Amino acid sequence: MLETFWILLTGILVSTNCCLIGVYLLLRRMAMMGDAISHAILPGIVIAFLITGSRDPITIILGAGVLGIVTPMIIHFFHRQIKLHLDASIGINFTWLFALGIVLISCFTKKIDLDQDCVLYGEIAYIPLDLWILGTINMGPKAIYVLLFTLLLNVFFVVRYYRTLYITSFDPSFGKAIGIHTTLWSNVLMCLLSLTTVTAFESVGAILVVALLVVPAATAYLLTNRLHCMMIIAIFFGIVSTFGGYYLAFYTNGSISGAMATVSGILFFGVFLTNVLKKKLFLRHKFLSKNIKKNL
Amino acid sequence: MLSLKKIIIFFTIENPNIGYVTLSILLLTSSAALVGTFTFLKKKSLIGDAIAHAVLPGICFAFMLTGTKHTFFLLLGAAFTGFLSLICIDAIITHSKIKEDTAIAIVLSVFFGVGTLLLTHIQHAGNPEQTGLNNFLLGKAAALLEQDVWTFGIISFLIVITIIFFFKPLFIIAFDRSFAQSIGMSITFFDFLLTLLLVLAITVGIQAVGVVLMAAMLITPAAAARFWTYKIKKMIVLSVIFSITAGLLGTTISYLYPAMPTGPWIVLVVSCIALLSFIFAPNKGIIAKKMKRDRFKKKIIVENTLKIFYHLGEKDKNFFNKRTLDHHFTQKVSPSQLKYAIQYLQRIKCIQKNITPSSSKAIDWFLTEKGKAMAVQVVRRHRLWELYLSTYLNIPSDHVHDEAESIEHILTEDMEKKLMQLLKNPTKDPHQSQIP
Repeated sequence: MLETFWILLTGILVSTNCCLIGVYLLLRRMAMMGDAISHAILPGIVIAFLITGSRDPITIILGAGVLGIVTPMIIHFFHRQIKLHLDASIGINFTWLFALGIVLISCFTKKIDLDQDCVLYGEIAYIPLDLWILGTINMGPKAIYVLLFTLLLNVFFVVRYYRTLYITSFDPSFGKAIGIHTTLWSNVLMCLLSLTTVTAFESVGAILVVALLVVPAATAYLLTNRLHCMMIIAIFFGIVSTFGGYYLAFYTNGSISGAMATVSGILFFGVFLTNVLKKKLFLRHKFLSKNIKKNL
Repeated sequence: MLSLKKIIIFFTIENPNIGYVTLSILLLTSSAALVGTFTFLKKKSLIGDAIAHAVLPGICFAFMLTGTKHTFFLLLGAAFTGFLSLICIDAIITHSKIKEDTAIAIVLSVFFGVGTLLLTHIQHAGNPEQTGLNNFLLGKAAALLEQDVWTFGIISFLIVITIIFFFKPLFIIAFDRSFAQSIGMSITFFDFLLTLLLVLAITVGIQAVGVVLMAAMLITPAAAARFWTYKIKKMIVLSVIFSITAGLLGTTISYLYPAMPTGPWIVLVVSCIALLSFIFAPNKGIIAKKMKRDRFKKKIIVENTLKIFYHLGEKDKNFFNKRTLDHHFTQKVSPSQLKYAIQYLQRIKCIQKNITPSSSKAIDWFLTEKGKAMAVQVVRRHRLWELYLSTYLNIPSDHVHDEAESIEHILTEDMEKKLMQLLKNPTKDPHQSQIP
């Protein structure tokens, strides 16, 4: 029972973190950049592992963070200096970085407590096993504290700098005109993104982070036009996906992260479908009323 | 030494299994590169990434339905969900305000999520047939068998034939959609055809490279080839060569170290090829571009120095007077640049050192006939352009100097002749200076 509680709490923290950042990714049209970063931090994590030889969250976050900041820089360098299309630049760079990570893992299997499966879809079910024991008191899984810290940081930035992020996301040139350092804020967001991704990495793996980053945010985007509403709705959908995913995985005996992505996809699909139907009905209604007026 | 022996075995294809693997790799990588070139040119690279991730649930579904790992059924399932993912992306873009990249990210991650759920479900269900199903994630070329070669052979052959047959229309649509539309081509049909080829190429390619990194096999060889040529046919051939090289090297490595998945190695090799192309390719590579820029910069410095000699000579009415490199020079050209320009001009015998130096310590320089001719050319182009701007574009004569200052280095002999004709062999520029 306690285990279930920890797993669900981890899931909720991960999805809340992801939704907060994901909303900005979506608005800045950087969804694929998020995908690229979530893949590209892998070599950073592995190298941090190899150098320090420990699973200490801080070193891993540092290693991943460096890659998280460097990756967009490399992508933009390829885009601007070598004149590749942005799509192609993203596709080339995240694949080789991810490949490098996998190769490093397979080369140093004995030294690294990471395997390919964990990288690909994480294992949230193992989170309650890695406990933080202070003296003799069981403080719960370590991952919870790391995630809580990330959440605090994310919430701090999102609440304290709400307007700045808002302006730089919707109208960067206006932001520049009124003296906001747009590149700085874009970098801050990249840092938060890599922090969020790396803390979520253990629980959901490199690829399914994207599902949590983008899908609930996109679902909320379909329902509202306001930024703060969008965030709240996205977090709501994220939490629903966590619960739904947990029980779906329980019944199908599959991976929890995969099930979470599936449920978030189902939710998106549902909202999308209702939206389309509503639009169709609305148009028909409008059309009919116009015709009736004409006939009168 | 053991590994050396293994390499020899690998390349002499003693073991028939290795022969099948090699042949399959050739087919897989070349068909991916072929189709990838077109998607790269159409700037739709990341669609391939979405399809590659989306084939995973199809493979799992096919396995669950048939209970076997027969390649044909798995590929059928893969192609089905691959197509479904494209339809979803299209539907999301057309029926909502969500943009393309977000739609791709949504479809990619959700399909992959469903795939993982099914895959783990199958793994936990304990069917002994399922081992090796997760090779589709990161690729395992060593697992290819004879029957696979036939399937891949047929599909790759189909892809190649279709591309050769429809080469012209695909090529035109990739470069200029609106032109293709205006001459009455059925864009929808060819888009559909290319998508079909893309899905096919991906479904066969994942055997070797895996769903996660398949995108690289579509994008990277094409991007690398783009740097070597402007011709599409050459580009296709090059990208196929690059990807085959990467495929073979990657498979060799994974054969030597059986614990390694093939995909990451193939991707690393192809990325190295791409990186080398970006740096060293002639004309478009970073080094070539930098050299070109430097050459032009040097040309500007040298020509500007010559011009100063000319202007001073014009003032004194004697172009061959001796000059010290005084403030006339340093005002316009920085000292280090001036040093370079003087050395260069001396080497090509445009200026000469005064052999009997005057009383002061400074060295004197004077123009040679050749140097004068070159200086005349630069000044003439400058003044012709000034005149052209003021007569034809009605720009006031006090505004034309800066424009001419930059264009004098670019104008060619032909353009100079044309300008002379157009301006009817003028003698005076807008500032009433002589046009030499």
